Amino acid sequence: MTIASQSPRDALIAAPTVVSQLDPDRPPAARRRTKLTRNNWGYAYVAPFFLVFGAFSLYPFLYTAWVSLHRTSLSNIDGGTWVGLENYRNLLQSEFFWNAARNTLTIGILSTVPQLCMALGLAHLLNYKLRGRTFFRTAMLMPYATSIAAATLVFAQLFGRDYGLINTMLEAVGLERIDWESGTWTSQFAIAVIVTWRWTGYNALIYLAAMQSIPGELYEAAEIDGASRWKQFLHVTIPSLRPTILFTVVVSTIGAVQLFGEPLLFAGNGTTSGGSSGQYQTLGLLMYQQGWSNFHIGQAATTAWAMFMIILVIVGVNAVIGRLRARADR
Amino acid sequence: MFHSTRSRAAWGAALAAVLLTAGCGGSDDASADAADYDPDAPVTLTVGTFGTMDFDNAGLYEEYMELHPNVTIEQNNVAQSAAYYKSLQTRLAAGSGLDDIQALEIGFIADVVANHADAFVDFAAEENADELESNFYDWKWGQATTQDGQTIGLGTDSGPQAMCYRKDLFQQAGLPTDRTEVGELWPTWDAYLDVAREYKTTTGNPILDSPASIFSSSVYQGDEAYNDEDGNPIPEESSGVERAWGFASQAAEEGLTANLSQFGDEWNAAFSNGAFATIACPAWMLGYINSQMGDAGAGLWDIAPLPGSSESASNWGGSFLGVPADGDNVEAAKDLAEWLTAPEQQIKLFTETAHFPSSPTAADDPQVKDAVNEYFSGAPTGEIFGAAAEGIRRTPIGPYDTQIQEAFTTALTDIASNGTDPDEAFQDAIKASEQAIGG
Repeated sequence: MTIASQSPRDALIAAPTVVSQLDPDRPPAARRRTKLTRNNWGYAYVAPFFLVFGAFSLYPFLYTAWVSLHRTSLSNIDGGTWVGLENYRNLLQSEFFWNAARNTLTIGILSTVPQLCMALGLAHLLNYKLRGRTFFRTAMLMPYATSIAAATLVFAQLFGRDYGLINTMLEAVGLERIDWESGTWTSQFAIAVIVTWRWTGYNALIYLAAMQSIPGELYEAAEIDGASRWKQFLHVTIPSLRPTILFTVVVSTIGAVQLFGEPLLFAGNGTTSGGSSGQYQTLGLLMYQQGWSNFHIGQAATTAWAMFMIILVIVGVNAVIGRLRARADR
Repeated sequence: MFHSTRSRAAWGAALAAVLLTAGCGGSDDASADAADYDPDAPVTLTVGTFGTMDFDNAGLYEEYMELHPNVTIEQNNVAQSAAYYKSLQTRLAAGSGLDDIQALEIGFIADVVANHADAFVDFAAEENADELESNFYDWKWGQATTQDGQTIGLGTDSGPQAMCYRKDLFQQAGLPTDRTEVGELWPTWDAYLDVAREYKTTTGNPILDSPASIFSSSVYQGDEAYNDEDGNPIPEESSGVERAWGFASQAAEEGLTANLSQFGDEWNAAFSNGAFATIACPAWMLGYINSQMGDAGAGLWDIAPLPGSSESASNWGGSFLGVPADGDNVEAAKDLAEWLTAPEQQIKLFTETAHFPSSPTAADDPQVKDAVNEYFSGAPTGEIFGAAAEGIRRTPIGPYDTQIQEAFTTALTDIASNGTDPDEAFQDAIKASEQAIGG
């Protein structure tokens, strides 16, 4: 820990204050000059990041808020009329919004919960000394390295109604074919499978890294006390991983709220309605439909901000829970 | 001095970074005046196109550059028309980055006509406007014309519709296979639905690919489709929508279609698997069928008139060329656009790449009129689609036709796959249309 915090850059920035404290006899102007000069170089070094951040994050962020207060179209973004909070009122009264919010929640639960549980289990298994361990660890990360588009297109074909592999297999074992895309639960399940497939390995690796930093003495002590492997997992591994689990929950939740590529490409024909009755339209897809199919960019900006608010609330709740747990443990 | 050299250098570095980011903005604004136009001056013209418009494949650019050695043509093609339109919209909003000629598809020409007419050259105000207008079907010219008579695009191809059918599957079902007899089977959509029921009883299979095939083609056979005379969307009151919905929802409810979503993976696969025996066929669909089935499909298909075509034909698709008014080479671009859309070139586009003309002069030319398609059992495509193009009504189009049509075809899919009540599905479609129109 000590080595990490004393990076050369930190040392450089910290130096002037140290010097000025050690040298109280120097005139104030000179002292201030030194400090300014050194600090200015610091600003210059960080400036590129903040300029890029300003141009591509902060500015679009604020501009989106501005646009969301207008009735405007994609081809005439700056020529819209000011409508105040009307877009937000309409959004809250829109059944399309609530439908998308509900779908986002259910698909989010269907994908995040199994994903994190499986990741935890996989990490636990890979933490043992296995033959070919490196191979398994690498293989697990492969889905994450696949593009969303490629993976989704393949899965959409697997889940195809008439010529999909999954239905062919169901039929082979004597079960009925399923019209995956048109049902509410079946389509949401299929999309959750794509998400789970892609992210389980990634989360497992994060858990694995965290597990490896748990001191071995804890396990030895538990073993001496007669704890079984399962008990060790429950009472040593899980508590030690709590901050990591919280992190993955937050990251997965943000990902779930923003889910977009999978439902868009799952439709297979470029439509943005998320199925014949909007059964798998997520908030991200609704935003895209409003802005880039219907060209109402003000509405889309409103949905974007609503999504941001939802993420803030979820992250806030997570943080509060994490803090309460931490306090309870102390 | 308060600032040391070093601190000045630091601010300099930060400033340089600012300028670097800001430098991406700026654009120059030098539009050429008509008076200064020198037709022989060297010029590079850019043409923005989408999908397969085939000006390049038909050799038209090369021919033009040979005729005009001072002109160099560069084409910027985007594969999907939806993606193309999105970027065109942002460029129209920014007022920069536009090509000298922009292709405009039927799906969004009404939006451009209603909202961006002033950004394009008005061909109706040209000296040769009458001659230009006489080149095109009146409905084609009308689609690119605003309420107050500005014409912002010249027609390229068009999509008059017929009904393609599988001869082998018809034979198995005990139906006639001769194209005249097949045409007589379905003078109306009601008669077509009867054939569909009969086909289902004998073979157990659906006759059509999708309820959308009925809806999208019959909706343009009425006096009005999605809009009133002024181009305002009125999907709920439109007689055309009501009529098309009636036919298509029956087909969806009774399982007369394979309920495939058009242009999806399963739809593509279904061509080769013989999952349906008929499909509504705009002229350009022939090429699509050919590319999906390859040589295996040669001689299996034939073409009959669209149901109800004796009363009114129907158009699906087709494009226009517009010239952005603020471009650097407006005069040269107008010359090129007029040349590319002239009847002679439309004939070449048909003979080389099978795009059906939007010009009656071209359609009447023997090279088009007498054309047969060997892949489709030697069907006289020139005659069939020519007759259809003649019978197309000047149905008003509007800025949201694509979205409204998608709302209705989606609702039809819901009837067919989830057994939703047709009245309820209609209300869903209306709600989705309102969502698309409003805001």
